[in-house]
Amino acid sequence: MADVTAPVAVPRRGVSDAVRRAGIRWGLRLIALAYLTLLLLIPVVLVLWKTFQNGLGPIADSLSSAQTVHAFQITIVVAFYSVLANTIFGVGASLLLVRHEFRGKRVLNALIDLPLAVSPVVVGLALVLVYGRLTGVGKALASVGINVIFSIPGMVLATTFVCIPLVVRSVAPVLEEIGDDQEQAAATLGAGPVETFLRITLPTIRSALAYGVVLALARSLGEYGAVAVVSGRLVGRTQTVTLLVQERYQNFDQTTAYTCAVLLVLMAVLALLVSRLLRPRELST
Amino acid sequence: MSTATTTTGAGPGLLPGARPAPPATPSRRRPLHGKGTALGLGFVVTFLSVIVLIPLGAVVWHSQDQGLSGFWHAITTPEATSTLRLTIGASVIVALVNLVMGTMIAWVLVRDRLPGRAVFDTLIDLPFALPTIVAGLALLTVYGPNSPLHLNFAYARSGVVVALLFVTLPFVVRTVQPVLLELDREMEQAAASLGARPATIFRRIILPNIVPAMAAGTALAFARAMSEFGSTVLISGNLPFKTQVASVHIYNQLESDNVTGAAAVSTILLLVSLVVLVGLDVLQRWAARRG
Amino acid sequence: MFTTARRTIALSAAALAAILALGACASTDASTDASGGGKTVTLSLIAYSTPQAAYEKLIKAFQQTPAGKNVKFTQSYGASGDQSRAVASGLPADYVAFSLETDMTRLVDAGIVAPTWNTDEHKGMITNSVVSLVTRKGNPKNIKTFADLAKPGVDVITPNPFSSGSARWNIMAAYGSQLKEGKTEAEATAYLSKMLHNVSVQDDSGRAALQTFTGGKGDVLISYENEAIFAQQNGQDIDYVVPDDTLLIENPAAVTKTSKHPKQAKAFLDFVRSDAGQKIFAQNGYRPVSKTADTAGQNFPVPSGLFTIQDLGGWDAVATKFFDPDKGVVTKIERDLGVSVEK
Repeated sequence: MADVTAPVAVPRRGVSDAVRRAGIRWGLRLIALAYLTLLLLIPVVLVLWKTFQNGLGPIADSLSSAQTVHAFQITIVVAFYSVLANTIFGVGASLLLVRHEFRGKRVLNALIDLPLAVSPVVVGLALVLVYGRLTGVGKALASVGINVIFSIPGMVLATTFVCIPLVVRSVAPVLEEIGDDQEQAAATLGAGPVETFLRITLPTIRSALAYGVVLALARSLGEYGAVAVVSGRLVGRTQTVTLLVQERYQNFDQTTAYTCAVLLVLMAVLALLVSRLLRPRELST
Repeated sequence: MSTATTTTGAGPGLLPGARPAPPATPSRRRPLHGKGTALGLGFVVTFLSVIVLIPLGAVVWHSQDQGLSGFWHAITTPEATSTLRLTIGASVIVALVNLVMGTMIAWVLVRDRLPGRAVFDTLIDLPFALPTIVAGLALLTVYGPNSPLHLNFAYARSGVVVALLFVTLPFVVRTVQPVLLELDREMEQAAASLGARPATIFRRIILPNIVPAMAAGTALAFARAMSEFGSTVLISGNLPFKTQVASVHIYNQLESDNVTGAAAVSTILLLVSLVVLVGLDVLQRWAARRG
Repeated sequence: MFTTARRTIALSAAALAAILALGACASTDASTDASGGGKTVTLSLIAYSTPQAAYEKLIKAFQQTPAGKNVKFTQSYGASGDQSRAVASGLPADYVAFSLETDMTRLVDAGIVAPTWNTDEHKGMITNSVVSLVTRKGNPKNIKTFADLAKPGVDVITPNPFSSGSARWNIMAAYGSQLKEGKTEAEATAYLSKMLHNVSVQDDSGRAALQTFTGGKGDVLISYENEAIFAQQNGQDIDYVVPDDTLLIENPAAVTKTSKHPKQAKAFLDFVRSDAGQKIFAQNGYRPVSKTADTAGQNFPVPSGLFTIQDLGGWDAVATKFFDPDKGVVTKIERDLGVSVEK
């Protein structure tokens, strides 16, 4: 096949090589897209269909009720604070894990993922056990006017709990991959840690951070179990959209349930599109 | 960006006659340890303690309310062992499937110029945003007795796996995707121009760089699968000893005012997850060292 | 890159401002306005999920009365056990209503409800219902009694009695019906085993089981009469049978000791017990406890073999004997069934 006479050996690629490459490419495409279609696309299309099944009238009705509007307000507030907390924690923990050495690093690394393994029922139980209104901590906080459990702060706690690893696990591998050459260079040029972080680290992890934040936001919007226990389910006060969806579905109001679910999904999609706009042009897309 | 990769990446064994790789840059492996470390560690540990560690500690504490014998009894009842077996088994399967499929999907989304891939890219996060009851209902409709695709996984253990695959879909994809985006293509292009086959390029150049992300995503998928409650109940039928997951068993304990039992089974789930998480970390480091 | 940074900051600042504005809106009082002037009192109503529609109407009707003129409500609905545990761990409550007595007893033990809550003429109960058998329209499998549920080939839906205390009404009705027919305890237990073998889905709540059934799964659903009526009122295509031998469901409600507005809370409880309140319950499918309540328009057949949980020993004894996680009768049955299934 290849006739090697030149000083640098460059084998000519035959047709079979190109066919193999194309085969691999199409094979991967097919498997990946088939998986996504079966597992993701079809169920989502079904949800959309069920939402718009009866036309736009019932949708407008369900969205204009005071209960629905309040639920969205509460969800957005809780999601915002939870994502904010997790973003700060996520970036800080990523930097710590990737750029620093200390004893117990492996343990910390495993502990960060652990919140995901906790059943939502147990999340609620755990938070109530420590911050409940009848505990020492809960009573102390209540005496200074901060109600944690059965109030918004408790819901933020629960939502933050379940999202803790999301930002870290998006940013840390990229920090690892990029390496700290630029930061070292900046340090030798006299830049302080904050300036190095803002001008060098942050821009390079911006893409990964955006992925992590959008993921955390999506999870915060869609969390049900842990928030349900901690919220007290107070209609109009601590009822998030997921709680509303559950309640409306249980009362045979499928339209409102599906409409609200679709809106949550749209919010997550919107966040992803916004994050795309804020990112620098990708290298390979 | 970074120049030569160090211990990972193409070594001189890639092609006979190829030039040896330049020596590893030591700067990449010199981590910091100073005032910043202490401050950062303090912040991270405090945050984790307040939100996660102290509350979980309270649960673990309550698991020994009735002593070690009470703990042992709570985790060895037939219901507990059955649900734990199902949950751990299903989570392992789901983690492995996600490892393969998640990486494949991330690859196709980043590297392939397929039209319409943007549509799929926006959908990836949806399993998180969709409330569990709607997700469960959608899965039951599509993969239940009235499935338009004539695929019926409902009221069987495979239904649990399908539900878990749905809720864990974004994890590996979204951890691997950013790393793939940041990958330096020069090494790959160099290897390709030297005649390396795609499989070799992937195995020797790309894979070592994405293994940390793959491991991270798989760990997350496993952990999440262990704790899922809502969507599995709908499609699995929640039959005791057949399709009931550990989370439901924990809930049942609470309903019977048996906080000790609930805490005990939760502690076991935490321990198993911790073991798997640490194991994945160790495995990933070992694979990275081997190159 | 500088302009991108500026754009990012500007966008984030705008988003932050919007969120904080939303937060301010969300934290203002969201409950409906009571009419008239004077000092308004807000009562916290914590109830189980099924009577939600009834309570929404009851609250509106109560606010039309002189006693309820300046009373606002915050409402919370969820699974009976969940709500009870929430109140026990500090959820502020003035009026509580549950599906079964054990959820109220939990609050008595926690010191939140007075032990005298059930010393009135109706023993603390505010609504009744009966365990009934819900079938497809026209009852194609001709299900008439609980005994029919143990026949081979019958697909039964009933919620998991360990996930949901309310689900225990169903199991005890099935068991008790056999005793009423003259069977021995051993025979009744054997029947339960056969019946549970026919159960194909065990949801975690009664309403979820109802929706599994209306979604197309199963031949018969064991549920409460009020649930069946609720489903029919919401356009579901089902029929239901009240067997001759069935269990009387009794739902308790009480005012809490920790209430900050005991007078108004008691007034609401009195309204719920009054003929006006009981009539609203009747319109929503619940059988009134009051003998003088107006049930016109509702069909509440009285089964000839109606029995109560007291006839079976009372909830405390039943919970221990049948649903103890280690030694309960139903626990043993499920384990035996599970062993045969896992093989």
